Amino acid sequence: MDSENQALMMRLAEEHGKEKLVVVLGAADPEGVEISAETLTIGDPSFAGPLAGVPLGLQVYHILEPEFKNIIPEAVYQEKLGIFELTSDGAALGEALSKIRQQGKAKG
Amino acid sequence: MGGNPVVQSYAYLLAHAPEFVRYGSKPKREIGIDPGLAGKIEKHLRSFEEAVRYPPNQVFLGNLHPEDLATSPAPWWQNPVAGATRDGAYGPFLDQLEVYGFLKAVDQFDLVWFTPEFTRRLVQILQNHSLILPADVANLGQGYPIDKIRSKIENEKSLPLFYQGDLIGAIHRAHDEDEALQADVLLENLVTKASGALAVRALLKRSGIGPEAIDYILSCSEEAVGDRYQRGGGNLAKAVGEACGLINATGSDVKAFCAGPVYAIVHAASLVKAGVFDRVIVFGGGCQCKLGMKFAGHLKHDMPILEDVLAGMAFLITQDDGVSPVIRLESVGKHKIGDGSSQQEIFTSLVVRPLEKLGMKMTDVDKIATELHNPEVTLPQGSGNVPLTNYKMIAALAVMRKEIGRGDMEQFIARHGMPGFSPTQGHIPAAVPYLGHAADAMAAGKINNALFVAKGSLFLGRMSRLSDGLSFFLEKNNGTSDMNKSK
Amino acid sequence: MFEGKLFVAFGERDGVPGPVMTEVLKAAGLDVIYQVTECFV
Repeated sequence: MDSENQALMMRLAEEHGKEKLVVVLGAADPEGVEISAETLTIGDPSFAGPLAGVPLGLQVYHILEPEFKNIIPEAVYQEKLGIFELTSDGAALGEALSKIRQQGKAKG
Repeated sequence: MGGNPVVQSYAYLLAHAPEFVRYGSKPKREIGIDPGLAGKIEKHLRSFEEAVRYPPNQVFLGNLHPEDLATSPAPWWQNPVAGATRDGAYGPFLDQLEVYGFLKAVDQFDLVWFTPEFTRRLVQILQNHSLILPADVANLGQGYPIDKIRSKIENEKSLPLFYQGDLIGAIHRAHDEDEALQADVLLENLVTKASGALAVRALLKRSGIGPEAIDYILSCSEEAVGDRYQRGGGNLAKAVGEACGLINATGSDVKAFCAGPVYAIVHAASLVKAGVFDRVIVFGGGCQCKLGMKFAGHLKHDMPILEDVLAGMAFLITQDDGVSPVIRLESVGKHKIGDGSSQQEIFTSLVVRPLEKLGMKMTDVDKIATELHNPEVTLPQGSGNVPLTNYKMIAALAVMRKEIGRGDMEQFIARHGMPGFSPTQGHIPAAVPYLGHAADAMAAGKINNALFVAKGSLFLGRMSRLSDGLSFFLEKNNGTSDMNKSK
Repeated sequence: MFEGKLFVAFGERDGVPGPVMTEVLKAAGLDVIYQVTECFV
């Protein structure tokens, strides 16, 4: 996640309170998703942005996680996100991000 | 006029620019925060020979084809091409000295100063160069004393230029206060001009067509040429045309973010088909600001910084000559303003609809060229494999349309797709790096057609959140053009 | 579980872009306060 977006997230967290915020990621590449999620929870793993070493402790999800599939109306889901069932593993994303969310809770 | 136009010629060029990596947008900002980074970056820069031998670069210049890359051992940066040459089938690989030389050769406002010794060195290198034009050497001038150069750097915010550790020059701003005319902006624009002009010169050589025969030139690059009152005023195309001796042409710029090249080719083809102009050049110059964009990922994995090359490309669009690949203008794919931003909607408009118009299914097109960013550049930074992501979407769409089974996706991608190989130079990777390869493959009877699909990121300019893209279908010439009939 | 939460849609051009994410989250009755689309290249 680039520095500008890191700074943006810090600002939003400050403005609204980090307990109230939920960040939902939409990146296609699972590794990129994990890096972004880590950046917003336990701090920037590349030590290169405003969130380097700063555990913001935000709640981070990916849009393809089961939590969203369960609450988005099915017709809408199929039309807008259905294609990803063929290309992405929502459950695997969910597992990976669950772990990161746990780590975020522990630190934040 | 009347029949579909053709891509009569194409040229691609690479320019090794390790000394410009420090001025890439991301490196410059990061070095500003942590000056120690400069040394680390320098340690990870490649030599010219290493850049030449890098497999994706050999593909970009046409010495290898994309399918060769699919079977090349990974990682590519650790498996150089044996016997690789700087002379590409589609164009040359310039080294840093040549880059400096041509930068000054196209500089009409004395923005670039080199020392007298360095200038003499550049004259030596350029005077017998295959892409030299008569005015170039004169434009190099005599050089300026180093103390005057230093003074400009210290007092007037000029950007120092180095060669192998030595200060050899500087690029100046053109105005004290105008932000649009500061040294870094002018460096970006001059780099695009120089690399674009060299690609056009290479194109003219390859095509054998004289510069005076060209009637229009279009740029598809992403720089902003202007001043504070008109920051994106543009028409870099005409500046490049001038630098190439296109005395009978005028030009203009096509601005469409990364999708620019496909838009520009469609515009050029339309002008030719309508009979407005006969021979139109489309070119894309290199992106100075994208150099070293993913350097952090490369450093992290102890890799060389792969974004050390500028790229250029140029295409000649003419009326049907009975031989060259044909652009089927009746089925340009467009992502409409009213279309949504989901991947399904995007690829339906860019792939499904234009093929439908030709009575074809997705499985009927031989090759689909999407954004062809070299994944070895992007993966270490967590930015994914852009071509593969796009191909997965297209394959998934084929499954949803029941053209293939879910289990056939991988095979579909292998058959109709290709590995990314283009330098991550913004608009350059937008499908068209495959254009030369497609023409070769058609001439060799390996394929009959190819679909070129590009996407743009309009939201980056904060004027629209819309998705964007355009596509065109290229087909082997069946040799029955009006030109042949009239003979 | 998302009761009272404020959502930031962090999209990606080649994955799920911001506008699409905003649309589906709103369809789920969630409160989207900001959206971004990243482009990595």
